[in-house]
Amino acid sequence: MLSAHVLALATAEPAGLLPAREQMALSLGWHIVLACFGVAFPAMIFVMHLRGIRRNDPVALGLAQRWAKVSAVLFAIGAVSGTVLSFEMGVLWPGLMGTYGDVLGLPFAFEGLAFFLEAIFLGIYLYGWNRMPPKRHVLMVLPMAVTGIIGAYCVLAVNAWMNVPTGFRLVDGEVTDVEPWKVLFNGHAFLQFAHMWVGAYMLTGFSVAGVYAVGMLRGRRDAHHRLGFMVPFVFASIAAVTQPFVGHVLGFGLDERQPAKLAAFELAETTESPSPLRLGGILVDGEVKYSIDIPRLGSLIAMNSPDKPVPGLDTIPEEDHPPVNMTHLAFQTMVGIGTLLAGAVVLFWFLRRRGRDLLEKRWFLRFAAIAGPLAVVALEAGWIATEVGRQPWIVYDVMRTTDAVGDYTASLWWLLGTSVVVYTAMTVGAVVVLRSMARRWRDGAVDLPSPYAPATATTAGEDHR
Amino acid sequence: MSLEVAVAAALFVGVIAYAVLGGADFGSGFFDLTAGSSRRGAELRTLVDHSIGPVWEANHVWLIYVLVIWWTGFPESFAAAMSTLVLPLLFALLGIVLRGASFAFRKYAETLGQARLFGIVFAASSIITPFFLGTVAGAIASGRVPMDGAGDRWSSWVNPTSLFGGLIAVGTCAFLAGTFLVADAERSGNHRLAGEIRARALAVGLVTGALVFAALLPIDHDAPTLAAGLEGRAAPLVVLAALAGVATTYLLWTRRYGVARITAVLAVAAVVSGWGVGQYPWLLVDEVTIHDAAGATATLQGLLVAVGLAVVAVVPPLAYLFRLTQSEEWTRADH
Repeated sequence: MLSAHVLALATAEPAGLLPAREQMALSLGWHIVLACFGVAFPAMIFVMHLRGIRRNDPVALGLAQRWAKVSAVLFAIGAVSGTVLSFEMGVLWPGLMGTYGDVLGLPFAFEGLAFFLEAIFLGIYLYGWNRMPPKRHVLMVLPMAVTGIIGAYCVLAVNAWMNVPTGFRLVDGEVTDVEPWKVLFNGHAFLQFAHMWVGAYMLTGFSVAGVYAVGMLRGRRDAHHRLGFMVPFVFASIAAVTQPFVGHVLGFGLDERQPAKLAAFELAETTESPSPLRLGGILVDGEVKYSIDIPRLGSLIAMNSPDKPVPGLDTIPEEDHPPVNMTHLAFQTMVGIGTLLAGAVVLFWFLRRRGRDLLEKRWFLRFAAIAGPLAVVALEAGWIATEVGRQPWIVYDVMRTTDAVGDYTASLWWLLGTSVVVYTAMTVGAVVVLRSMARRWRDGAVDLPSPYAPATATTAGEDHR
Repeated sequence: MSLEVAVAAALFVGVIAYAVLGGADFGSGFFDLTAGSSRRGAELRTLVDHSIGPVWEANHVWLIYVLVIWWTGFPESFAAAMSTLVLPLLFALLGIVLRGASFAFRKYAETLGQARLFGIVFAASSIITPFFLGTVAGAIASGRVPMDGAGDRWSSWVNPTSLFGGLIAVGTCAFLAGTFLVADAERSGNHRLAGEIRARALAVGLVTGALVFAALLPIDHDAPTLAAGLEGRAAPLVVLAALAGVATTYLLWTRRYGVARITAVLAVAAVVSGWGVGQYPWLLVDEVTIHDAAGATATLQGLLVAVGLAVVAVVPPLAYLFRLTQSEEWTRADH
């Protein structure tokens, strides 16, 4: 009985669908971490660099210069992993791009524009150290912070469109009356952007601050480490306390936009009034198990009402259900970590105002060290929740993911296998190089000359400052 | 000019820019790979690092520009090409990923062993990427990409036109890189290095020139539509490519490196434009024209707005970046 069911599912799905999904998940999940750095790191570098120039502070200047070099590595692998996504849009999802390319494409054109500017100013800024007047040089970071906003908005506009499609009409299966500007400025785009943008500042801020928290744990408690911790931590703090509100507002009306996604988020198998908030738990054979239910809170949070129920999955046809357990657990992982991080920064700044510095406490430094990875997990979980929660649709209520995927056999798994190897190698390469940079900086090196040119490095590598 | 053709022209400007600017970056991989042992090749590799370091990411964006305009302006043909040509595209993509990552890693590598490993990956992937992109161009130009996307996944790009396309792409990239690197070496005052690159650039130029004109023979029966275009409408561009190529060789020979860069760019731009003009009005040769492949009118108009904005917003800073990299302060050694 069960095997017949599995067989029926397997024959219904194109052989390339699962590997295509996993491929997209891997490449998007990997790129998005670097995209966050691309969006948020320039602003932090700018603040640090500006402080260095304004106050003539060598510690801040040194930090800014190191961060710039780190960003050179991160942005390079971010640029190439972003290119992977451009290719995959066509290679994996020709059904989506062939049918809706001219509907969803315009935001990508503007995103490309933003990326262009980002790459140009990155080149100018990175290689401009000691080659430009300092006051002009520091301004070269600023366009990157702005283009990060534009680029993120455009990508999120497309994703928002996939959740709430608009700007076209379907007449007898043909796409007509395309209004691309409506897609670029669709009503849902801004909130989704805000959620991601703030998330990017959390991820980057906590990750960078965490590096210096580890340094302080190892006894390096100099001005360099305190400043290196504080600037990104302030960014991350503001983002972390803002995020719960942005996320909450983003959720308004989800019961009407995508009821199946909301039901999966809340693990609402049946419609209960008032709905409880289900912490944890999984759905087994249509029954909720192992959850901790808090009465009424589900209605309050999800519906903003004391008794309005969260529409249950039983109100939605079976073939339109997303994978419920993954969506639910990913959603709660995101919310849980987000709440924890927000609480931690509130505690930190509250105690600081009362004259107690948590940076003196090892337990807090340990927490700060893992806050970056936690923010990464939260961001990934959030994307899993929204993307898996939209299934089986690639464009909600308009195109199923099965209709978008390319005509592939199971040989597409080879692509995934190769990608796992390449991405692993790239991760290892980046970690090895970044760690060796940090080690050499600790040992007093400044310039990090290229090792393959020992002769030139010693003759021409003198500092002109 | 109709709206569709205007968008296609904007798209093709991106192809030319990527071939010239991105191509020169990829081509430097050839010189890096053939620079010899770590000791002997150190100077040349440092020069490569220094020459493409500030600009490669910006030059790379032209590819994104091309992809985005293609899928937005001509979505069905994009999906068709991506489906049929999935293999060469994925090989090119692998090259793009490895090139960018290993280039950045090498710059900050700590040991010579690491730098060597990243350097080999960087140089090798810099060569395979233009090859596979060239086969993609050959597949489209020889009419092997059907509109339903169900073209043969091997013979579509393993054929005379594609293979010549791939080789010509590798050759033109290396030729461009050679003329750029020789000028950079000369400007930084390293005449010995400049002389070394000059000899190799000349050899690459002769081989590539021979390849371009040898390719005209198989193309004649393998890609008749393109051949007719090359002999007809695009003939002036073919002549221009030949003249500019010869001029570049002469200028390199007489060590006038600054001007040689201009004629080299002209030669490569003429070769690439020859392909584009040669296959006009087809978007996918013998399958769909630019006019018939175009997406929604409102979207095409929107794209032109984006392109216009790009001209205003991107070109000035890009020119500023290029001007800086050619300036005195930026030519001296890295910090």
